[in-house]
Amino acid sequence: MLNVDNVTARYGEAQVLQGVSLGVDTGEVVTLVGRNGAGKTTLLRCLMGLHRAMTGDIEFDGRSVATLPPHKRCRIGLGYVPDDRGIFASLSVEENLTLPPVTGPEAWSLEQVYETFPVLAERRRQAGTHLSGGEQQMLAIARVLRMGARILLADEPTEGLAPLLVQQIGEIIRTVKAHGVTVLLIEQNVHFASTVADRHYLIAQGRVVESLDNAEVEQREHELLEYLGI
Amino acid sequence: MSGLLQQLFNGLVSGSFYALLALGLSVIFGMLGVVNFAHGAFYMLGAFGAFVLLDSAGLNWWLALLVVPILLGVIGMVLERAFVHRLMHLFPLYNFLLTFGIALILQDLIRLKYGVTSQPYPRPTILDGMVDLGVFTYPKYQVFVLVLSIVLSVLVWLVLTRTRVGMIVRASTERAELTQSLGIDVRRWVTPVFGFGIALAGLAGVLAAPMRAVNSEMGADLIIVIFAVVVIGGLGSVVGSVAAGYIVGMLTEFGNFYIPALSQILVFVLMALVLLLRPAGLFGREEGSPA
Ligand SMILES: Nc1ncnc2c1ncn2[C@@H]1O[C@H](COP(=O)(O)OP(=O)(O)O)[C@@H](O)[C@H]1O
Ligand SMILES: [Mg+2]
Repeated sequence: MLNVDNVTARYGEAQVLQGVSLGVDTGEVVTLVGRNGAGKTTLLRCLMGLHRAMTGDIEFDGRSVATLPPHKRCRIGLGYVPDDRGIFASLSVEENLTLPPVTGPEAWSLEQVYETFPVLAERRRQAGTHLSGGEQQMLAIARVLRMGARILLADEPTEGLAPLLVQQIGEIIRTVKAHGVTVLLIEQNVHFASTVADRHYLIAQGRVVESLDNAEVEQREHELLEYLGI
Repeated sequence: MSGLLQQLFNGLVSGSFYALLALGLSVIFGMLGVVNFAHGAFYMLGAFGAFVLLDSAGLNWWLALLVVPILLGVIGMVLERAFVHRLMHLFPLYNFLLTFGIALILQDLIRLKYGVTSQPYPRPTILDGMVDLGVFTYPKYQVFVLVLSIVLSVLVWLVLTRTRVGMIVRASTERAELTQSLGIDVRRWVTPVFGFGIALAGLAGVLAAPMRAVNSEMGADLIIVIFAVVVIGGLGSVVGSVAAGYIVGMLTEFGNFYIPALSQILVFVLMALVLLLRPAGLFGREEGSPA
């Protein structure tokens, strides 16, 4: 469904992606694992069209999207959750949910969102940023479901969350998958990654260095943790 | 007592102009990140527009109130498309210089034709005369200006807080790139918002024509105070600009009355105080708050 072919990216003179190639199939949950500074966020921004200084190709559904502006990528089914969650302070919780247009036939209704995430219903009139960190993360993912996006691109949704909330995010990602939405997830927590995802790409210094399945991640958890410097 | 109330009313009427101008400046800054130095010039053009329409075509003030803002709004949109837009990805100073240049050109064009003397503009007949407000009588026209500016401010606020367009403007103002990645073509909204801000400035100018001196300098005199108003209210905050507009209006009127020698600087003293105590302005969101 998503094919990334030899993508490079620069910040000024500094090249931070050195030709990344990877693929995600329909219905899969795939994670990108890698140290801080490996280039994961930059890659996701390239996928959304937010990072202009890039080369290489990005195909979604067999069609090249590398030259489309961000809003058009959203409209063909890419649902983005940035690393800071991207919740608007000047919009209420409900407005945060309804800001993006509906982009696919599988879009959730507001009722459906509120049924699945009752805390969002309770706080629908409050400013988006009045929610706790975990609730904001929930809101950001719920927003993607409300659009009816076909792939969820989430940048470290568990970062900085307490273990209980991390589990909750895990539940949400399984729900997302159960609804047929493909997921590409950035994740530092390899144990968590192996519980929610089907496959993993290990990214280092702007390159995909390994492709791993769950069994391999479990086997090599210690080595990977050391490698990630956690 | 009635003297004090009268001062208060004078302040609110002055504040009406500040509020309308600051409101437009504020939405433009919010959406485009551009400090529009030409805002005062468009206010001046609004007043001259009314004057020219009456003088050469016999169009009355009520028609001018409708036609002039629309015309200036369209001119604003053209300017945005042709110039402002092209500089937006550059350092903000470029657009500052551009709009400053536009202001000087507009002002000098008017000066070329009309000099610096003020042009007469009659009050619309229905609004001529005084209205009895109980404790004192007050010019009908001024009351109309005050009511209209409050109604317009409330309308803009309603559009911003209650409609989908308003939601998009708020989102783009807060985080343009994020809004873009959520499927909204922010660029499409930038031009109409600029035009709208300019139209508000033009409308303020038409309102000013019958009660202020209509001359080529009228906008330049005002723009510095308007900048102070926007800073006091909080950059990009619509409610803040309007509230600060009325506050500054009252401050200058009371200042004029009680300490005329200081009236010119009171606004800037207030601005300095606000910046010291609340750097983001009275209604601005503090930097670094979780976004
Ligand atoms: N705005 C930026 N300007 C310059 N360099 C940046 C910027 N953002 C990230 N980088 C650099 O790019 C590299 C990759 O960063 P990033 O994609 O954020 O990594 P990750 O998400 O894997 O932690 C890092 O070396 C980082 O310092
Ligand atoms: Mg990152």
